[in-house]
Amino acid sequence: MKTFKILAGLSLAILIMAFVPKSIKEIGKSNGYQIGDVVTTFKLKNVDGKMVSLDDYASKKGVIVVFTCNSCPFAKAYESRIMDLDKKYAAKGVPVLAINPNNPKVKPEDSFENMQERAKTMNYTFPYLLDEKQTVYPQFGATKTPHVFLLQNTKEGSVVKYIGAIDDNAFDATQVETKFLENAVDAMLSGKAITTETTKAIGCTIKV
Amino acid sequence: MIKKIRSITFLMLLTLGAFSCDSKPEHKEKDNKTASEITETKPEESTDLPKLINSGDKEIRVMNFSELQKEVLSVNDDKTYVINFWATWCGPCVKELPHFEELNAKYAVDNVEVILVSLDFPNKVETQLLPFLAKKDIQSKVVFLNDTHMNEWIPKVSKDWSGAIPATLIYNKDKRAFYEQSFTFLELEETVKNYF
Repeated sequence: MKTFKILAGLSLAILIMAFVPKSIKEIGKSNGYQIGDVVTTFKLKNVDGKMVSLDDYASKKGVIVVFTCNSCPFAKAYESRIMDLDKKYAAKGVPVLAINPNNPKVKPEDSFENMQERAKTMNYTFPYLLDEKQTVYPQFGATKTPHVFLLQNTKEGSVVKYIGAIDDNAFDATQVETKFLENAVDAMLSGKAITTETTKAIGCTIKV
Repeated sequence: MIKKIRSITFLMLLTLGAFSCDSKPEHKEKDNKTASEITETKPEESTDLPKLINSGDKEIRVMNFSELQKEVLSVNDDKTYVINFWATWCGPCVKELPHFEELNAKYAVDNVEVILVSLDFPNKVETQLLPFLAKKDIQSKVVFLNDTHMNEWIPKVSKDWSGAIPATLIYNKDKRAFYEQSFTFLELEETVKNYF
C-alpha cells in the first residue's frame, strides 16, 4: 500500500513535470531556433494589406528572414544592403522576407502606416510584415534589429541554416570584409557546408 | 499516515528538483561553431578618430576592443566595475542612463565605478554623442568603442550576449556577470550589492 502511494505520487510528479519544462522553455529568453531546427510556419500582414505565410515560399530553395524596422539606426544602415540581397538572391530562389518585430505603441516610428510608407518610398521588392502580436520573433529567438535567419526548404520543412549578421561592418558597406550571410546563401545553394553558421552584431533591442 | 505523506512529498520534491535542473535554458551547442571560434583575430582597425576627444571639461577615450578589454573589462583591483554598453540612438539605454549615474555617485564610497561604453556610430561622435553628454551633464567615465569587428568582440565580452543593447557587465576581482537587460535603479542597486 505504501509503495503504491509512493509510486502514485511519483508518477503524478512526473506527469506534472512533463508539462512544466515546456512552459519554462517557452518563456526562457535564450530560446528560439538553433542551426538545424525546423521552423514552424507563420502568417503575418504585409504592407500591401495581404497576409503572407512562410508556406507561400514552399516552392523556393529558401528564404532570408530579416527582422528589421524603420527606426533602428543599424536597420537603417543595412536597409540598402537588405534590398540588394533580395535583388541578388530572389532570382536564385532565395528571396528576402522582412519582419518588423517592434510594438508600434512603444516605437511609433515602426507603425504599420510608417512601414507602408517606407516600403513604398524605397520600392521594397520583398514583403515587409508586421509581427502584430509579437509571437513570431520569440519563436525565432530574434533579440534585435537587424537579425537574420537563413532558411532552407527541405523534405523535413524549412530548416535554419544561418543566424546572425548580414556582414562584418554595420557602419560602412564599402569597408565590409566578410559577407557572412551571402557566404552562407552561396554555400547553401551550391550544396556545400556553411563555414560560419552564427555571428553576433550590435543591434536595437526589440521593443515590446 | 503522516510519514507516508512525507515520503511521497519528499519524492515529489526530489523528482521536481531533478526535472527543474533539466529545464534550465541550455544552449544547444550541436556542431555549429560561432564565427569567432573559426576566424582568426584580425588586427583591429578603426575609423579615423583621435585617441582622446575633449568635450568641454571632459575627456573621452577612444578605444579599440583589445584596449577596452585590457583597460576597462579586466582591471584587477579593489573596485567593482559596472560597464554599461549603450548608445545615444538606443532609447532604453538613454532611459536607464540616470540610474547608472546615480549608482556611480551613491556607491563611489563603496568602490563602485561606472564606465559607460558608447557604441554610437563613429561618424556621430561629434554630432550626437558629445552634445548628448554635455546636455545630460554625464559624470560617469565615458569610453567610445571604435571597433567594427563586432562578431569578434561581442563573444569576448560575454558568450551570452546576442548583441542587443542595453547590456551591462559587472565585475570585480572575485565575481563577474553579464546582463543583457534594462535596469531600474533598485535592480541595479540590488545587483551591485551582491558584489560586496
